Amino acid sequence: MKGLRIIPEETAVNFIGMRYVAYVISAVLILGSIFMISTKGLNFGIDFTGGTVIEIKTPVEPDLAEMRTLLNGLALGAISIQEFGAKDDLLIRLPQQVEDPIVVKEREECRAESKEWDECPPMAQELAIEDVRQAINDTFAEDGEVDYRRVEYVGPQVGEELKQQGMIAVFLSMIGILAYVWFRFEWQFGVAAIIALLHDTVAIMGLFAFAQMDFDLSTVAAILMIAGYSINDTVVVFDRIRENLRKYKKMPLTELFNMSINQMLSRTLMTSFTTLLALIALYVLGGEVIRGFVDALIIGIVVGTYSSVFVAAPVLLLTNIKRSEVQTGEAQEA
Amino acid sequence: MVNIAPWKAVLTILVCVLGFAYALPNVMPLETRMWMQENLPSWAPNKTVNLGLDLRGGAHLLYEVDVDVVVRERADNMLQDMRKSLREDRIGYSRIGVIPQGVRITLRNSSDGEDARRILRRSNANLDIDTSSDGLTIEAVMNDQGLREVYDNTISQSIEIVRRRIDELGTTEPIIQRQGEDRILIQAPGADSESLKNIIGTTAKLTFHLLKDPGAPGLSKTFTMAEDPTRTMEVEPRALITGEMLENAAPAFQDGQPVISFRLNNIGGRRFADVTRKNVGKPFAIVLDGQVLSAPVIREPILGGQGQISGGFTVQEASDLALLLRAGALPAPMHVVEERTVGPSLGADSVESGRQASIYGLILVLCFMGVLYGLFGLMANVALAVNVALIFAILSGLQATLTLPGIAGIVLTIGMAVDANVLIFERIREELSAGRTPISAIDAGYSRAMSTIIDSNLTTLIAAFILFAFGTGPIKGFAVTLGIGIVTSFFTAIMVTRLLVITWLRKKRPDTLPV
Repeated sequence: MKGLRIIPEETAVNFIGMRYVAYVISAVLILGSIFMISTKGLNFGIDFTGGTVIEIKTPVEPDLAEMRTLLNGLALGAISIQEFGAKDDLLIRLPQQVEDPIVVKEREECRAESKEWDECPPMAQELAIEDVRQAINDTFAEDGEVDYRRVEYVGPQVGEELKQQGMIAVFLSMIGILAYVWFRFEWQFGVAAIIALLHDTVAIMGLFAFAQMDFDLSTVAAILMIAGYSINDTVVVFDRIRENLRKYKKMPLTELFNMSINQMLSRTLMTSFTTLLALIALYVLGGEVIRGFVDALIIGIVVGTYSSVFVAAPVLLLTNIKRSEVQTGEAQEA
Repeated sequence: MVNIAPWKAVLTILVCVLGFAYALPNVMPLETRMWMQENLPSWAPNKTVNLGLDLRGGAHLLYEVDVDVVVRERADNMLQDMRKSLREDRIGYSRIGVIPQGVRITLRNSSDGEDARRILRRSNANLDIDTSSDGLTIEAVMNDQGLREVYDNTISQSIEIVRRRIDELGTTEPIIQRQGEDRILIQAPGADSESLKNIIGTTAKLTFHLLKDPGAPGLSKTFTMAEDPTRTMEVEPRALITGEMLENAAPAFQDGQPVISFRLNNIGGRRFADVTRKNVGKPFAIVLDGQVLSAPVIREPILGGQGQISGGFTVQEASDLALLLRAGALPAPMHVVEERTVGPSLGADSVESGRQASIYGLILVLCFMGVLYGLFGLMANVALAVNVALIFAILSGLQATLTLPGIAGIVLTIGMAVDANVLIFERIREELSAGRTPISAIDAGYSRAMSTIIDSNLTTLIAAFILFAFGTGPIKGFAVTLGIGIVTSFFTAIMVTRLLVITWLRKKRPDTLPV
């Protein structure tokens, strides 16, 4: 039983020759992303902005326009309603409610007197959720019961903290990965790897800004995951470049880089492909809740694969790496 | 390399068998698992994966505790104590008042400064005491250690009370823990946040107050009477006894009437003895949740720290109240800063879609590997199956929480786990076309791909580790499965496929490789 060769045994694609095209593509991608992030901005989810999300399943197909008018008539700020995977599955977003300081004081005093909390003035957010529930229940009163599948509330301070934590996490993993590559390879590899990494991260964020997809905690997780994956791809190519640098002492660098990329091409594509296969299963069957997360991963795998071939290697070439700088101590035959 | 040490082979097989054994309970019907739990030793596989709130439904509440209130209370108590001590020691002061986190005293004579400072230090060891240049004004504020103690005590006390109240709700395995400086995280599977918030907000605050003498100067506090809300009673603002001094409370009977008998702790008992001795013949008010239950007259000093509260309760009321009194009052106000509730229907849907995505993802990858690498692909597939079993075995064994992003992590691992094998197989192909014999190609394939595999796994592991450290809730679940997946896939790709390949090589002694 012999395996099928999808990628021919000997490929000789002139990847390095295409690098100027790749530079243009990447430049457009990065500048476009930065432009999108700075103009349209990221569509932060409630994890970061604070606010409330309610997911409901309605007993009959709802009239979205009517519901929008109804809920926005409650004077709770701009409430958005969108379908969530199915016609009868709705995602309702309430903005952060502003607390009246007088009510806050009353509540604190009331609670301090140790009355039952439901006898005390409730938080503005709780009140808003209650109002929305009431309005929804009234709308569908004749059709049956509304299933409240999920209610999430994030306070403004917590949102701010989660945002900070997310940024620290991304920053630290970049540092961690950079440190590792630095430790394992020469500095030129580290620089090239981190540029490829930044390229991917900015591109994902740009695409999220462009499509105005929800940018929340799981997106940050996806970005970190992609950072790991992209570096993984890059490292595999770098490993081969380094090996060939030691093996072929006379070969011109561009030729050597091309050969290395071509040698790893089959692996790079196969692994990306199996990963994408698994992700497609998640995309199709995983449900709405993790859709954004899977979106980010799929985009990331594609961009990451592209960058390890078209960004990392050409940038490494730009750093003017010399053979003499590559440690020769390591034995070739393990 | 083409040889594998017998002990390694045995170990590999053992790990695989154990992996399947410990993953097995996850697919067994509940009755079988119950039977196993009862009839097999405790180390036998009987644990299943712990589902997170997003999969089983439940409530996640993050409360912020307003510890400043307690700090102010402490400062207030300090003020009362100081006033009393200064008077007792006949130290003259022109002014005394509360400042943030402490008190300020303005003395009449700077010569009393040393005495005043001594009294302050005696009352509380964790004070920063500042004296003005003229020696008249002394400011005493709690230092960092003092504040930390207040924070720690308040939070742990709040947690204890919340825990007791939630236990009353009867939810299974609630998680109640401190988060950061002043927050409490509550996760209760199967609960909805409304009833959870209500039970947490149900306080029973008990205080004893002496009644205010009519016409006497000073402040007073007014409470309504429990039996008749239209009547009120004026009492001394400072409570003699508070709920925290209560050691135990239980329903009891007195003259055939349901009452609540209570026992005070040492401090409370002493204070109660002191007050009752000085105030024989006077009434005192028993105030529960802002209402006066009764105002019995002190007939004789109560020295043992034990007493009874009567208030026309029914038997049920008496036992409910006793329970609430035992649970005590929250020491400080708390408010919700984050709340996430997942209904049971969404949880069940997520489990189902997660299961389907994993199964189909796995099938797709298995087919692809089989087509691409033939026999070797099938061997990699065996390794992949072992890998999935191992992930579930470790998740069950560690009782780590599986969340929806966690399932995504498993699916992603399935896709990425074959990477190591792809690296090895591609290398073998290369070595073969470079003219090596099958055995030496396999040998070179494994040994040369190794450093690449380690590098690529470690970088992903770094990302997983940082996600675990910084992530919350579901994201942490993703980091856990991803991390476990990387480790297990490393093992299966290296050890399991190698064992299979070598066994096959020995049996067939092939001239060409079906890679």
